[in-house]
Amino acid sequence: MSAQPERSLRWVEACLLGDVPRQGARVLETSLGPVALFRTADDELYALLDRCPHRGGPLSQGLVYGRRVACPLHGWSIELADGQAVPPDEGCVRTFPVRVEGDRVLVGLPGGEG
Amino acid sequence: MRRLVLVGNGMAGMRTLEELLKLAPEAYAITVFGAEPHGNYNRILLSPVLAGEKTLEEIILHPRTWYEERGITLHAGKRVVTIDRARRVVRAEDGTEAPYDRLLLATGSRPVVLPVPGHDLEGVVTFRDIADVERMLEACARGGRAVVIGGGLLGLEAAHGLHRRGMNVTVVHLMEHLMERQLDAPAAALLRRTLEERGLRFVMPARTEALLGSGRVEAVRLADGRELEADLVVMAVGIRPETELARAAGLHCERGIVVDDTLQTYDPRIYAVGECVQHRGRTYGLVAPLFEQAKVCANHLAGLGWARYTGSQTATQLKVSGVELFSAGDFQGGEGCEAIVFQDPGRGVYKKLVLRDDRLVGAVLYGETLDGSWYFDLIRDGTPVGDLREHLIFGQTHLGDAGRGGGDRVAALPDEAEICGCNGVCKGAIVRAITEHKLFTLEEVRAHTKASASCGSCTGLVEQILAHTVGEGYAPSPKEKPLCPCTEYTHEQVRQAIREARLTSVRAVMDYLEWGSPDGCPTCRPALNYYVLAAWPGEAEDDPRSRLVNERLHANIQKDGTYSVVPRIWGGVTTPRELRALAEVAERFQIPTVKITGGQRIDLLGVPRERLPDVWAALHEAGFVSGHAYGKAVRTVKTCVGSEWCRFGTQDSTGLGIRMERLCWGAWTPAKVKMAVSGCPRNCAEATIKDLGVVCVDSGYEIHVGGNGGVKVRATELLCKVATEEEVLEYTAAFLQLYREEGRYGERTAPWIERVGLSYVKARIVEDAEGRRALYQRFLEAQRHAQRDPWAERVRERQRRPEFQTLRATA
Repeated sequence: MSAQPERSLRWVEACLLGDVPRQGARVLETSLGPVALFRTADDELYALLDRCPHRGGPLSQGLVYGRRVACPLHGWSIELADGQAVPPDEGCVRTFPVRVEGDRVLVGLPGGEG
Repeated sequence: MRRLVLVGNGMAGMRTLEELLKLAPEAYAITVFGAEPHGNYNRILLSPVLAGEKTLEEIILHPRTWYEERGITLHAGKRVVTIDRARRVVRAEDGTEAPYDRLLLATGSRPVVLPVPGHDLEGVVTFRDIADVERMLEACARGGRAVVIGGGLLGLEAAHGLHRRGMNVTVVHLMEHLMERQLDAPAAALLRRTLEERGLRFVMPARTEALLGSGRVEAVRLADGRELEADLVVMAVGIRPETELARAAGLHCERGIVVDDTLQTYDPRIYAVGECVQHRGRTYGLVAPLFEQAKVCANHLAGLGWARYTGSQTATQLKVSGVELFSAGDFQGGEGCEAIVFQDPGRGVYKKLVLRDDRLVGAVLYGETLDGSWYFDLIRDGTPVGDLREHLIFGQTHLGDAGRGGGDRVAALPDEAEICGCNGVCKGAIVRAITEHKLFTLEEVRAHTKASASCGSCTGLVEQILAHTVGEGYAPSPKEKPLCPCTEYTHEQVRQAIREARLTSVRAVMDYLEWGSPDGCPTCRPALNYYVLAAWPGEAEDDPRSRLVNERLHANIQKDGTYSVVPRIWGGVTTPRELRALAEVAERFQIPTVKITGGQRIDLLGVPRERLPDVWAALHEAGFVSGHAYGKAVRTVKTCVGSEWCRFGTQDSTGLGIRMERLCWGAWTPAKVKMAVSGCPRNCAEATIKDLGVVCVDSGYEIHVGGNGGVKVRATELLCKVATEEEVLEYTAAFLQLYREEGRYGERTAPWIERVGLSYVKARIVEDAEGRRALYQRFLEAQRHAQRDPWAERVRERQRRPEFQTLRATA
C-alpha cells in the first residue's frame, strides 16, 4: 500500500530531526500501531509500519543501508521508499509520507487517525 | 545512449548481459545477434534432452519475451559475417547491420569434424546445438545403428542419449581408455564396464579412417580394416574456439580470441567471453568459468572497471543418469606427487586423490561423488591437508548435514525430503526453484528458497542438489570470495588494508577501498566494524549503526520483538544473594519466562525494548554485568565443580573457569566463543565440544580447541598440555587473539581451524613461545579497552540514547 492522497492526511509531529539518528530509526506510537521513522545516511526520512511483511519483525531495529532496511529477525530487505520487499522475497509494508518543517518532523497519517 | 552489440546468443554472452543489466540497466542500447533461430538456451542440458529426460522448452533460459521486456533487439538466426572496426559496425549474412560503441564477442566454439572421406555424408552429425539434437532425434525415430566417434564427455553423453532412445550404439574411441582428459585408467575401466552393462558397445583404441555410403552414411571403416554398420554417425571428438569472425576482423587470436584479465581483446572497444576466448594461454569448455568471466566483463562494460579475471579451476561431472563420476585438477599426478587410492570393486567405487606439497591437486571419484565439491574446494583454495590426510579419502564425513541422513546420496532422496531444517525447505522445492528460475549459484538458490540461508548446515546438500540439477553448469562459489557484493576485496585483503593504512572506522575503510555502495550492506558493515575494532583497540570508532540489533541493544531480540537479558554468572557459580536479586528483578519487571541456559546462566525473557535500561539498572545495582549472550563475543566458561567438591576432581576447574572468564569477558570475536573447564577426564563440563576447552588431569591441564556443539558437531583437537593455571590463561588469551586477528567475521573457531589447519595454530601458539607472548600482550591491551560493561554505560547515559524511547505523536 502506498501513501494516502494529501487531503485525507492528518499531519502529526513526531519529533525533531535531530532525534532520529542517521542510518537509524525511531518508533512512533500511533493508533495504527508502531510506525518506524527512518533516516538514511544522506538525511532522507521515511515512515513505514514497524512490522516486517515476513514475520512481523520490528523494522525500526534493523540495519539501515542505502535506501533500505534489513529486518532484524530474518534479514528480509525492505525498500524504504515504497515498502516493497527486495526480490526474490515478496511482500509489502504500509508507508506514510514524511515532511520536515524547519526542525520538526511530521508524519502524514490517514485522516482522523493518529 | 551508447550502443552495445553482442555477437553470440549463448550462455556466456547472455550471462554477461544479465550481469551488466544488474549493474547498469540504462547504460546501453543493446542488440543481440545469434546464429541459431532460438532465444538463449542451456546448452549443457542438450544431453538430457537427447536422452528424453528433459524437453527443449525446459532448457530455454531466455525466451524472446525476455529480450522484448528489456528493450533488447534480438536478431536470432542471423549469423554475423563481418566486423567493420573502422566504422564500428557489424553485418550479418542477410545484410542486417548494427553500429556499436562496445562490441561483445561470445561466438562459442565449433565441433571438430574429422577430415576423413565421407564426413559430409547425410546422417553424419556433430553434437553442439538444438539442430544437431533434432537431427539425432529424427534418426532415432527411424531406429537402427549409431556410431559415436569419440569417447570423451560429450561422446558418452550422446551415446547414452541415443541408447535411451532405442538405438544400437557403438562408441569408437582413439585412446586406450574413455574420457582420458578427466579419468585415470581404473576409473575409466569402471565407467566402461557400467556402460557396457547397459548395452553400449566400445571399439577402442581405434582410429576412424573413412565413412562409407553413397549419399547417406552406411558404415564406419576403421584403420585396422574393420567396418561398423551405421545409420547415424555422431562426431564428438572435441571442440575448437570459434574465432573466424574475430580473425577476419584482424583481432589477435591464437587458439582462441586473446583477452586480458578484463576480458578485453586487442581492440579496446571489443570484449570477448566464453568458449571463444583464450585467457592466459587457456581456453575453457565448461560453464562455470564462463560465468566468472561474464561477471568480470560486465563490471568493465558497466564502467566500474575494477574486477579482474585470473583464470578458473574446473571440475567435471558426467551427465549420464545413474553414473556418478567426478574429476577435477591434475588427477594423473607425476613427479613429486603422491596418490591416495580407495577401491571397492564390489560396490563399484573408486576414488583417487593426488597430493603435491601437502596440498590436494587433483581428484577422480567414481561411484560415489558426494565429496566432490569438498575436494574441489580443497584443490581450488590450496588448503594444506596434512592434518586431514588420515581421513581425506573417506570424505568430509560430516558434510554439513549432520543428523540429517549422513551419507544419503542426494539424487536418491525423494522430493519431499527436508533439506533445510531451519526454513523447512524440501528437495522438490529447491529443484523447482532451480529449474523455474534458471538458477546456477548457491547464492541464487539461497535467495529464492532460503535453503541454507540460516544456520548453513545444509549448504553441502544444497550445493549437491544444485550440481545434480544443472549438471556441470553449476557455478561453484568463486575461489577468493569477496567480503560481500559491495566490494571485490576478500576478508583478508580488507583486514590488510585496515592494518596498513591505519583505518579506524567503517567509513574510512569504505572510502579507502572505494566501496561499491554508498554505505555498505548488512553483510559488510558489521564485519568492517569488527575488523577495525580488532585491529585498532582503543583507537577505532565503534559504530553502533553497523552493529546488528542484538549487539546494538545488548540483548537478544525474540520473535515477538521483545528481548532476553542474560547477566554474566562467572564460571556458572552464583550465590543466594545473587539469586535473590535476580528473582526480585524478574518479579519487579514481570519477566514472563526465567530459563536456565545451557551455558550455566539465567535468561530473563520477554523484556520490551523500552524497559531494557531499567532492567539493566536493577541488575547493575545487584552487581551483575552483561553476559554478552547477544554478541559475537566471549560468552560463557562452563565448569564442573572440580577438586573443591568432586571425589574425582584433579584440579580446581571452577576456580580456573572463573579466572578465564574474568580474563576474557568483553572481548569481541569473529563469532561467538564458548569455553569450558572440566575437572577430570570424565569431562562433565563437555569441554571437548567448545571453542576452547580445558580438561584437567592429575599432572596439569589439556587445552583443546575448535570444538562445536551446535549445527555441526565437532569434537575439539588437542592443542597442548600445560602444567599451571597461569599457562592456561596465557595460552587461552593467545589462542583467542590469533582467532580474533585471523578468523573471518562470522566464522566460528571450528571452520577456522579446518581452514588454516591445527598445525598452523600449534605453530603459532605452542611452538613459538615469543609469538605466543606477543599475542597474549595484544589480547591484554585490547581487553583494557573492551572490558567495559555496556549495560552500566547505557544506564549512565540513558538520556542520550534514543533507541530505548518510543515517540508519541502530537498534532
